[in-house]
Amino acid sequence: MQRLGELVSALQRKRGRVPRFNWEYVLIPAVLVAVIFFWDLLVRWRGYPAFLLPSPARVAARFLVAVRDGSLRLHTLVTLREVFGGLALGLSVAILLGYALAKSRTLERILAPYLVASQAIPIVALAPLLVIWFGTGALSKILVCALTLFFPVLINTIVGIRSVEADLMDLMRSLQATRWQTFRYLELPAALPVLFGGLKIGVALSVIGAVVSEFVGADRGLGFLVNLARGLFDTPLMFVALFTLMAIALGLYFLVSLLESLLLRWRWPEE
Amino acid sequence: MNEPNATPILVADRVQMTFASADSRLEALAEATFSVMPNEFVCLIGPSGCGKSTLLRILGGLVRPTSGRVLFEGRPLTHPLRRIGFLFQRATLMPWRTALRNVALPLEIEGVPRAQAEARALEFLRLVGLEEFAQALPRDLSGGMSHRVALARALVYDPDVLLLDEPFAALDALTREQLNWELLRIWQARRKTVVMVTHNIQEAIFLSDHVLVMSPRPGRIEHKVPIEIPRPRSLDDLYSPQFLELTRTLRAYLR
Repeated sequence: MQRLGELVSALQRKRGRVPRFNWEYVLIPAVLVAVIFFWDLLVRWRGYPAFLLPSPARVAARFLVAVRDGSLRLHTLVTLREVFGGLALGLSVAILLGYALAKSRTLERILAPYLVASQAIPIVALAPLLVIWFGTGALSKILVCALTLFFPVLINTIVGIRSVEADLMDLMRSLQATRWQTFRYLELPAALPVLFGGLKIGVALSVIGAVVSEFVGADRGLGFLVNLARGLFDTPLMFVALFTLMAIALGLYFLVSLLESLLLRWRWPEE
Repeated sequence: MNEPNATPILVADRVQMTFASADSRLEALAEATFSVMPNEFVCLIGPSGCGKSTLLRILGGLVRPTSGRVLFEGRPLTHPLRRIGFLFQRATLMPWRTALRNVALPLEIEGVPRAQAEARALEFLRLVGLEEFAQALPRDLSGGMSHRVALARALVYDPDVLLLDEPFAALDALTREQLNWELLRIWQARRKTVVMVTHNIQEAIFLSDHVLVMSPRPGRIEHKVPIEIPRPRSLDDLYSPQFLELTRTLRAYLR
């Protein structure tokens, strides 16, 4: 998934440009097909039992069953809700705090040691405590998600806001721009490229956060499903859950990339 | 050029600046005092590091002096004012805005509706000869074009005073001469008070009513040289005996 995906090229076509044929669109699915082919070959050749390594066909069959009985949908929606909740909370707190820290060296000096120290605790170790405090419901999952993505987004926000050119800040001052105007017209667009970097890390981490918290204590969700399948020796179901998680992370990443290419069009040189 | 009894628009009153850090003190400016009359074009010239740019930033209210004060229309200046515009050494355009929207920025900040702001911005792009580049992004503009856009942006909201900090210093000699020429043309058409920092003697003489010569750091105003070459001036004036005489004088002061 290099910076522009298929959708973007479709958008460009709408804008009247002649698209150049891009080998990526052929090669990416081709790699997928090759991997599945070798996976199948491996299972047939070694004769692995399904609980060790199920064949692609068995995983596909299990996927259809999970879709039909509604269990996949249920668990996926639960995890998605946690991921989006975590993203909303984590991003807003990290960006607001990042902005404040970027603007105030004093605040940064006071808070920096605590923020760094908080990162020394692995989120896996913190999750049980959060489950004890906030129960096995969505809230503890959202908090774990938010905490997982918090730090990288915070750092990116600080770097982004600090990267604003001093001359442009002077320009805004000489125009007597209000604080909000300075943010809206200068700081936000200037920081956006770096913010998007943080956002991409953030969406990937939020999926990890959701799974970690479901491992600790949950009765639904894709992380829970992985655990459940392990207990039942239903390895094909584990594969289904893992692939779904991958799809969620990829989908979110792709959405962010799409948004990025729309908002940051000024950065890409015209071809 | 000005009525003899007119009041100055901008006054630097014993402006002094010391940069202090934990273990060192650097005196950048030693009590600079001068005044600028309305619609006057004044150049500040001096060896590099003499505090010219610092003085200009103080005049614009971007920096508070360590002591002394700046008076704008007789009132002490405590913060930047819209009526005092800046043109920086670099073009400082926003790379995500088209040329047109860069020029429209000061109007948008003022609260002018976008369509109206852009119509006016287009007029000023025409003034600097970049009408066809209205929709271009800064990355597609040459250095000279970027500075023209910056000039249009500095003029579009009609500030009374324009402070120019070596505005075309980063450009090649030819482009620079052309932009100076354009600046002069525009200034003659719509009179403004201009204070420009430069370290180019010809440029200073060509453009100014007065040249203020600064001493090496810590800077002070050492000489005030009136330039009495009649206006409108043309590039031919560069070769007049009067011009050469002024060049000689200023060079001697700067030695």
